[in-house]
Amino acid sequence: MQATGRRKTLRPWRVVLYAVVLFFAAIFAFPLLWTLMASLKTVQETFAYPPVLFPAVPQFVNYIRVLSIDRIPVLLWTWNAAYITALTTVGTVMTASLVGYSFARFSYRGRNALFLITLATMTLPAQVTLIPQFVLFHRLGWINTHLPLWVPAWFGGGAFGIFLMRQFFLTIPRDLDEAALIDGASYPRIFWSVLLPLLKPPTVTLAIITALAVWSDYQNPIIYLNSPDKFTISVGLHFFVQSPEVGGEPLQHLLMAACVLTMIPAVAVFLAGQRYFVQGVVMSGLKG
Amino acid sequence: MSANVRVVAPSSASPHRAWLARLVGAQTSVQTHRALWGYLFALPWVLGLIFFFGGPILASMYFGFTEYSVLSPPQFIGLANYERAFNRDNLFWPSLGRTFVFTLMFVPSAIIGSLALALLLNQKLKGTVLFRTLFYIPHLIPAVALTVLWMAILQPRMGPVNAVLRALGVADPPGWLMTQDTALLSVTIINVWAAVGGNTMLIFLAGLQGIPNEYYEAASIDGASAWAKFRNITLPMLSPTIFFNLVLAIIAALKVFTTAWVATQGGPSYATWFFVLHIYHEAFQNFRMGYGSALAWILAVILIAFTLAQVYASRRWVYYDGD
Repeated sequence: MQATGRRKTLRPWRVVLYAVVLFFAAIFAFPLLWTLMASLKTVQETFAYPPVLFPAVPQFVNYIRVLSIDRIPVLLWTWNAAYITALTTVGTVMTASLVGYSFARFSYRGRNALFLITLATMTLPAQVTLIPQFVLFHRLGWINTHLPLWVPAWFGGGAFGIFLMRQFFLTIPRDLDEAALIDGASYPRIFWSVLLPLLKPPTVTLAIITALAVWSDYQNPIIYLNSPDKFTISVGLHFFVQSPEVGGEPLQHLLMAACVLTMIPAVAVFLAGQRYFVQGVVMSGLKG
Repeated sequence: MSANVRVVAPSSASPHRAWLARLVGAQTSVQTHRALWGYLFALPWVLGLIFFFGGPILASMYFGFTEYSVLSPPQFIGLANYERAFNRDNLFWPSLGRTFVFTLMFVPSAIIGSLALALLLNQKLKGTVLFRTLFYIPHLIPAVALTVLWMAILQPRMGPVNAVLRALGVADPPGWLMTQDTALLSVTIINVWAAVGGNTMLIFLAGLQGIPNEYYEAASIDGASAWAKFRNITLPMLSPTIFFNLVLAIIAALKVFTTAWVATQGGPSYATWFFVLHIYHEAFQNFRMGYGSALAWILAVILIAFTLAQVYASRRWVYYDGD
C-alpha cells in the first residue's frame, strides 16, 4: 500500500463511509452468525436466558445428529433436492442453448413470432399456469414424484435462458460457422464443437442462476410432493419446523444445523461462480 | 460423428421440393435444409410452449369459468367464480389489501435501501468486493431457510432481538411474527433484509458504474456539492435502472408467499394472509381449481396493469442518455 493512497482514504468523510458500511455489514452478518452459532449449541444453551451468542464448546456433533433422525431424513431431502437441481440445470442449459442457437443462426418462417412469444412468457405470472400444469401432471400420474419438478426444464428451460443464450450467440462472428460448414461439419457439430465452447460465460451464468432457483424452490415442490421421503430440502425444512421435537427432546439446535446445511450449497455455488453470476444478473438488468 | 461427413449438399434448387421451401420461407434447397435444422433445434421449446404455457393458459382461462375439483370433470358456471371473489369471499378483499400494504412498505424500503448500498459500494472503499459479497448472501439463502433463521432471531422469548430490547429497558418487547399487529411488519423486515443487497443492488451498482466520470468532473469544476451531483447527475442518469428495479420489486412484492406461509401460515388471525396464499389455499388445499384459476387471473391482470402503468408513467421521469 502506498502512502499517497493511504492519505487519500483517511479523509474524515471516508471514515464516516467506512462506519456506515460496517454498520450495514453487521446487519447482514449478525443473523447469519447467530444461526451458525445456534447450530453449534447444546439444548441447554439453546434455551438459556438471557441468550448467549457463542456456545461454550461448539457441538459439531449436531451436524451428524441432524443427518440421522429417522422422522426427519435431512440427508435424503438433500439428495432429492441435489439430483432435481442437477437434472433441471443440465436440461435448462442444454435445451436453452439449442433454442438460442436456432433463434440466433437460422432463418425460417415464424421465427420472429416465436421469439416474441418467448419474450412475452416472461411477463406472465407463474400462478396462471400452475393450476393447469398440476392438472396435467395429475393426469399423467406424476403427483408425489419428482418428475413435474425437472422434466419441464428439458423443454427449452424457459424464456430467460433462451434469451440469454441467443444474445451471446449473436456476439460470435458468423464466419466461424460458415468456415466449419464449408469444412463439411453438420449443424449439431457446429453447435457442440465450434460455438458452445466459446459460450462458457453465459452457460455458467445460466447454470448458476438455474441451480440456485431450483435448490431454493418451495412453491413447486409443496404442490407436487406429499410424502416426507419425496421432499426436497426446502419442503423438508418446513416439515421440520412444524415438528421441532422427537420424543419430547427439543430439536431447535438441530433445526438450525439443517438450516445452515440448506444455505451452504447455495452460498458455495455463488462464491465459486461469482464473477459469471454477477455478469449475468447485470446483463439481465441493463440489456434485458 | 466425423467432421468429414457431408450433411450439407450445396446443390441447385430441386423443383420437387418447392412447396417445402415455400412452407419454411426459404428460396434454395440449402436454405430449406438450414430452416429445417432451425425448426429441429427450436422444437423442444415449441413443445414446451404448447404443453407448459399455451395449453395451460387456455385451460386456466376456461377453468376460471368452472367449478373443478380435479377428481370430477369441470362444471361450467359462467362468471360465478368472479362474482364470488368480488362479493362473497370474506378473504378476497382483505388479502388483496394486505398484499398492497406489504408492497407499499416493501418496495420503497428495498429500492431506497438498495440504492444506498450501491452508492456506498461505489465509493471505492477498501474491501468493496468483500462487502458486496456479504450484502448479497442474504439474497442467496433459500426462502424457507431464510424464514427459519428469522423465526429464531425474532423469537419473542429467547430470540436475540428481544433480548437486546429488554437489555435496553423495553419492558414489553413486541411479539414479532407471533402477534397479529406486528406479523405483517415482521414479514416485511425479513423480505427487505433478503432483497436489499441482492440483484437490485447489483443492477444499481452496474448502472452507477455506467455513468461517465466526465459529468462528475465537470460538475466539480463548477463547484457543485455532493448532493447537487447526486440530484442532477446520478438520479437522472440512473432513472432507467431505477425504473427497471421498481417494476421488478413491485411484481415480486405482489407475489409474496413463502416467507409468510412458512413463518405464520398466513396468521396470526390472517395478519399475513396474502393474495398468493389465498390462491394456494383455495386451489391446493380446498381443491377449488376453478376458483383458484379465477383468482390467478385476477392477479395476472393486476400485475400486467401495474407493469403497463409504470411503463407509461416512466415516460415522464425516466431519462435515456442520448435521446
